[in-house]
Amino acid sequence: MLGLAADRLRADMNRLLAFLFHQGILDEQFLQLQQLQDESSPNFVSEVVNIYFHESEKLLRSLRSLLMDREFSDYNRMGIHLNQFMGSSSSIGANRIRNVCVAFRAASEQNNRAGCLRALEVLEHEYCFLKNKLHELFQIQQQRVLAAGVRYPMQN
Amino acid sequence: MGLKLQPSQQQQQHHSVAVKVNEQTGTKRGYTFIQANRAWLPKFLLLWVMVMAFLSTWIYKKMDADIKVRRKEVLSSMCDERARMLQDQFSVSVNHVHALAILISTFHYYKNPSAIDQETFAEYTARTAFERPLLSGVAYAERVVHSEREEFERQHGWTIKTMQREPSPVRDEYAPVILSQETVSYIESLDMMSGEEDRENILRARATGKAVLTNPFRLLGSHHLGVVLTFPVYKAKLPTRPTVEERIEATAGYLGGAFDVESLVENLLGQLAGNQAILVNVYDITNTSDHLIMYGHQNQNGDLALLYESKLDFGDPFRKHTMICRYHQKAPTSWTALTTAFLFFVICLLVGYILYGAAIHIVKVEDDFHEMQELKVRAEAADVAKSQFLATVSHEIRTPMNGILGMLALLLDTDLSSTQRDYAQTAKVCGKALITLINEVLDRAKIEAGKLEMETVPFDLRSILDDVLSLFSEKSRNKGVELAVFVSDKVPEMVMGDPGRFRQIITNLVGNSVKFTERGHIFVKVHLAENTKPVVDAKAETCLNGGSDEGVPISGAHQFKTLSGYEAADERNSWDSFKHLVSYEESQYGASVNMTVPGETSQSVTLMVSVEDTGIGIPLIAQDRVFMPFMQADSSTSRHYGGTGIGLSITKCLVELMGGHISFVSRPQVGSTFTFTADFGRCKKASFNDTKKSNTEDLPSSFRGLKAIVVDRKPVRAAVTRYHLKRLGILAEVAGSVKIAVSACGKNGSSCGSKIQPDIILVEKDLWLSGEDGGLSLRMLDWKPNGHVFKLPKMFLLATNITNAELEKAKAASFVDTVIMKPMRASMVAACLQQVLGIGNKRQAGKDAQNGSLRSLLCGKKILVVDDNMVNRRVAAGALKKFGAAVECAESGKVALKLLQIPHSFDACFMDIQMPEMDGFEATRQIRMMESQAHEQMNGGGIDKGLAGKGEWHVPILAMTADVIHATYDECLKCGMDGYVSKPFEEENLYQAVAKFFQV
Repeated sequence: MLGLAADRLRADMNRLLAFLFHQGILDEQFLQLQQLQDESSPNFVSEVVNIYFHESEKLLRSLRSLLMDREFSDYNRMGIHLNQFMGSSSSIGANRIRNVCVAFRAASEQNNRAGCLRALEVLEHEYCFLKNKLHELFQIQQQRVLAAGVRYPMQN
Repeated sequence: MGLKLQPSQQQQQHHSVAVKVNEQTGTKRGYTFIQANRAWLPKFLLLWVMVMAFLSTWIYKKMDADIKVRRKEVLSSMCDERARMLQDQFSVSVNHVHALAILISTFHYYKNPSAIDQETFAEYTARTAFERPLLSGVAYAERVVHSEREEFERQHGWTIKTMQREPSPVRDEYAPVILSQETVSYIESLDMMSGEEDRENILRARATGKAVLTNPFRLLGSHHLGVVLTFPVYKAKLPTRPTVEERIEATAGYLGGAFDVESLVENLLGQLAGNQAILVNVYDITNTSDHLIMYGHQNQNGDLALLYESKLDFGDPFRKHTMICRYHQKAPTSWTALTTAFLFFVICLLVGYILYGAAIHIVKVEDDFHEMQELKVRAEAADVAKSQFLATVSHEIRTPMNGILGMLALLLDTDLSSTQRDYAQTAKVCGKALITLINEVLDRAKIEAGKLEMETVPFDLRSILDDVLSLFSEKSRNKGVELAVFVSDKVPEMVMGDPGRFRQIITNLVGNSVKFTERGHIFVKVHLAENTKPVVDAKAETCLNGGSDEGVPISGAHQFKTLSGYEAADERNSWDSFKHLVSYEESQYGASVNMTVPGETSQSVTLMVSVEDTGIGIPLIAQDRVFMPFMQADSSTSRHYGGTGIGLSITKCLVELMGGHISFVSRPQVGSTFTFTADFGRCKKASFNDTKKSNTEDLPSSFRGLKAIVVDRKPVRAAVTRYHLKRLGILAEVAGSVKIAVSACGKNGSSCGSKIQPDIILVEKDLWLSGEDGGLSLRMLDWKPNGHVFKLPKMFLLATNITNAELEKAKAASFVDTVIMKPMRASMVAACLQQVLGIGNKRQAGKDAQNGSLRSLLCGKKILVVDDNMVNRRVAAGALKKFGAAVECAESGKVALKLLQIPHSFDACFMDIQMPEMDGFEATRQIRMMESQAHEQMNGGGIDKGLAGKGEWHVPILAMTADVIHATYDECLKCGMDGYVSKPFEEENLYQAVAKFFQV
């Protein structure tokens, strides 16, 4: 019974991961991240991802406030934020977000306000999507951990 | 979504490019005058034509008026001339008549009896008629008053008759003609007073005492118009101022003559030129209201528009005459004026048209020019866009490729069947090749975009060459191709330049050579560009000497004096010239011990590098496009050997950026020699020592002073071997065969005052195999126990590739102590020597232990990660921790600076480049500054022994960045970083970067 559930959970998780990879939402960096997780740091991935979410939300907020300032949008600051966002996204392997950031940065370099707004919307959408998916993933993982008792190393 | 966004963004870029183009053309287009008034051009032409038409009309009119004036002048002069002549002739006749009158008065009246009778008079007048050509005849009429009539009639025997030849009626006075010229004899006895005109004339004549003229009238005899001239003859001499009455009283008779004016004028005009052209009329204008015509036809149709009047004075003050001249014909249309004006007009028209045509042409050309300019700008923009696109796309491809490679690496770590492993490995190799290609394309794009900058840092040329060679040693060994490098002694040990790019050039060229060479050798040679001169001289010299006489025929085939004995395309590398180079160098070297070499003082040094191979060569037809990107000799080349053909074009660009040029000599089936020059800066000695340690691996100095004998029949190869030994400080002599070497040794052994006592003997494998070994080993064996005090020389075998059997054989023969595998590298030679000779060197020992895993490298090391991005920091820390390193984090450059205050315990620092406030470059600079300060202090004071023991402070700093295009390796090195790690970490990359610093 337990084993079955574990298998199912594992299949679910693999499917979800496959989906995320297939859609280009995540890339191999995420796998590398998962590899870094071992006995010494059992919650490494979720820890990093939570930091990522935290940081990203701050960045998104400030990006939006920067863009909402109609008269004067500080494109330089926006570029710095986007670089940060890009850096962290590529670190956790959030490939699609990174791509959107690239487009966003290009738009901001051209002082293209409309493009920036559009990109910001896409970015927020992508971010929410990723967040949901990763939460889902972590949930499955949690269940797996619960189901499998103490079996931290998930792969290898 | 990201994918969707990109096209629109690109479109925008395109749009912005177009806008830029428009702006540029807008500002660039300088309108000329013609261009600005292009719409007015036809109007200008029309205006011009009209002006010219007006002008030519004016010219015509002016010329016409001139002609008319001249015509008038001609007419007036002609008329005046005629009038004067007529007047002259007339007055001559009148004078003569006057003379006749005096004659009569003298001989008829003063003489008594009269001396003149009719006969005499007729005779005289007839004979003097030529004097009066204008007078048809003269006659004398005597004044007879009525009282004397009877007596007179009786005396003469005839009665006085009237003009009508009737007996004259009674009158107061009569004037019968008594004397007459024969031509007018018919008027004898006629009373002149009976004719109206004559009577009037007579009365006037005697009253005035002068010649008087009648009106013109039809003459009696002829029907011509004429006038009658009447002259009074006086009886007695008149008082000086006679009154009219006195005159009348004294009148004796009248002399008269008829002027036939018509024939007179006719004759006169006949004598003059231009008679036909003009029409002459003579008028009597005594009665001003009614002009009487004397000559000419009243109604003649001449040119009525133009006439000229000349006064005539015939000596009769009572009568006035005038001559009127006019042209026969109307003035002809003046063709000269017409043609002149017309031609002028035509010429102006043509000029105008030509100017118009020129203007139109200019407009057209300018239009075309602007169009071309626009197209050029567009093409340039397109080119830039292309480069950008290439760079972007390459960069975009890199990322997923890295993913693929990473995943493949992971895959290879898992448990795979051999087939799967093979597939995965193939995939990985292909991916690597693709990445290399993309890097090349990126390079190319960067060069095209002018973004590539050469750095100038000191580096050791020789070690770079060694590195490159070792890169290809595996391949060349497998192929059995000899790989060798030779650097001339005159090339400075350290030069300033871009080591990365230099390495790239050499790698490209050698890589190409390795690819295309199946036998023979690949030989890299570096010398100063100035040294080529003596080489050329030397070549000429050898030619004069009749070529090489030392050609060594081996087994029938001619051996070329190149490195491997195969023929090379460019014979400059063969021994004939090479030995001159070497010997020249040696002599120079010897000579320049005490004085500086002339080139040494200059700031830069030009190196000439040649890469010679004995490969398939380049087909003649393809030789001129070798340096063009994406061009290979032919399409089959890429099928056989792979590659894209971009390498050489990049090489060319790089060489040109280094201030040199590249050329090649190639003969199909013989080989190719690529030669390039490059400018490098000389390195100042002071900075030299500083940088030396960080940039180059030190060669052990423990072999200094050793002596060696190189046994090799091929002089070029021997020179290469010598060069490597020399770098280690080993003095080497070359011997042609083992016998010579051994005998030299032996001699030296017996006689202690020797020149050379070899510690090492290096023998080429070919030579050893060629059959001399039998005797040799015996002799050697003989010689070995024979050994005296001196150390036995160690024997080395030099080989490109050696089979196990051969190795066994060599060892069994106890001939050699070890085998040195080619290509030779100074460090490798040093390692071998060390192994055999047992001279210790700690650093060298670690060299081979490099193959340990990353874990072994990083384990226990304390590493500082500097990144402003928390996520990145965490991930980097996690990755490094996984390899056993102790990681500390800093979120900004400032914090890092604080942590790295000396003394600290960090072994390395990973530095993000893009950080707010203080970026990675700046932070690194500051850290380096701090370190150098600490170093100075230490040198100055030398207080802290613990610190001094640790050596100088130089914490390895590695840059971390995701951006490859902007933050290049060069920039990292410039600000003092030691390496470069792409972010996110990649195991191999990380290993390569880290391995440099953490050697066990």
